[in-house]
Amino acid sequence: MDQRPALVPADEVLREQGLDLAAPEPARLLLIGCGALAHEVVALIAANGWHHMDLKCLPAKLHLRPELITDAVAGLVDKHRQDYERIFVLYADCGTGGLLAAKCAELGVEMLQGPHCYSFYEGNAAFAEHDDEVTAFYLTDFLARQFDAFVWKPMGLDRHPELLEMYFGNYTKLVYQAQVRDAQQEARAAEIAARLGLEYEYRFTGYGELATSLARQA
Amino acid sequence: MADDEDIILSELDDEELTLQMHDDLYDGLKEEIEEGVNILLGRGWQPYDVLTKALVEGMRIVGIDFRDGILFVPEVLLAANAMKGGMAILKPLLAETGAPRMGKMVIGTVKGDIHDIGKNLVTMMMEGAGFEVKDLGINNPVENYLDTLQSEEYDILGMSALLTTTMPYMKVVIDTMVEKGMRDDYVVMVGGAPLNEEFARAIGADAYCRDAAVAVETAKSFMAKKHNRLTA
Repeated sequence: MDQRPALVPADEVLREQGLDLAAPEPARLLLIGCGALAHEVVALIAANGWHHMDLKCLPAKLHLRPELITDAVAGLVDKHRQDYERIFVLYADCGTGGLLAAKCAELGVEMLQGPHCYSFYEGNAAFAEHDDEVTAFYLTDFLARQFDAFVWKPMGLDRHPELLEMYFGNYTKLVYQAQVRDAQQEARAAEIAARLGLEYEYRFTGYGELATSLARQA
Repeated sequence: MADDEDIILSELDDEELTLQMHDDLYDGLKEEIEEGVNILLGRGWQPYDVLTKALVEGMRIVGIDFRDGILFVPEVLLAANAMKGGMAILKPLLAETGAPRMGKMVIGTVKGDIHDIGKNLVTMMMEGAGFEVKDLGINNPVENYLDTLQSEEYDILGMSALLTTTMPYMKVVIDTMVEKGMRDDYVVMVGGAPLNEEFARAIGADAYCRDAAVAVETAKSFMAKKHNRLTA
């Protein structure tokens, strides 16, 4: 049984500050990830008893400035690479336009495959086949909980709802990709779809390739 | 920017009104901008002067403050929406009065991508700068770009993408232009959040434009070079 405290901080902390979680045993593998994945990664570590993994998450809000992600990840890799046998980066491309992948290759560390979490949660191959979802807007569990902080407020929709059409006028549906089954979160996602004036689709993905990628690293 | 509760636009002189319109653009006040445009036109201003001195100059200030992190996307969109109101009045008049034309551009978001906020801003600013712009909208396959380019005499192709997954399609368009022997006939400008200079170079574009203001300056610069070549 995992002995680490099951304490993942509140979403607001993951968004603004990130997370630094040490394994109960001397860790050989460092996971450097996005704060938006912290709950899911900790759940996978606990479920699989991966006691040799430390987890450091960067603030999830970096997704609002993706041009900052590559340097932030590289900084953590440089800082900690002497302390671990291996480092695995828990980011997909995430809007870095290939720069994060190039930097990881240069640093000799592996990272998650795919363009973003919507893709690897569902499975990159399966996601790529959705030719009919050009007009879909995706939410994950974290984003459903943090929609107002990540989308509604930064886009100014709390102050200027008249901008909704400019932002979302080309979308037709919201796909909620659920990592865990949670009726409350599902209701929240449906409410967001209604607020945006979009059709709503629920799609349970589980942890997808986040789980299989971590299992390969373990 | 200004406390304009008691300001009656029609009572301001031309200079005061122009400055007030800059403020109103900054504050995204569409109705005030439309009123200001109509007042200046009523005073005999040329549509081109209203466009450049009141609207474009106001948006230039907005662009600077956006670049410097003072304004953010929502405020820029509100300003753009206000300018759009003014442009709607001016556009037919500009066509009638023969305003200077800088060049002609085709612009569109690439296939698989429906994001058009940046593209729309570029379109508006290019039109404000005197370019004639054919906006193809969103989700454009290569044929849309090429057929349009060949339908009339255009100078510039602009492509936009917001997604890492869709930006490689720009290379498909450029490669097809090369195959058809038409690449060198156009300036190709690209933009969008995940793009960078390196990507633009790698796909064979002429320029990466990080925002609408840069797009306008880049386009002007290329047109000046073209003009110099033609007159040399």
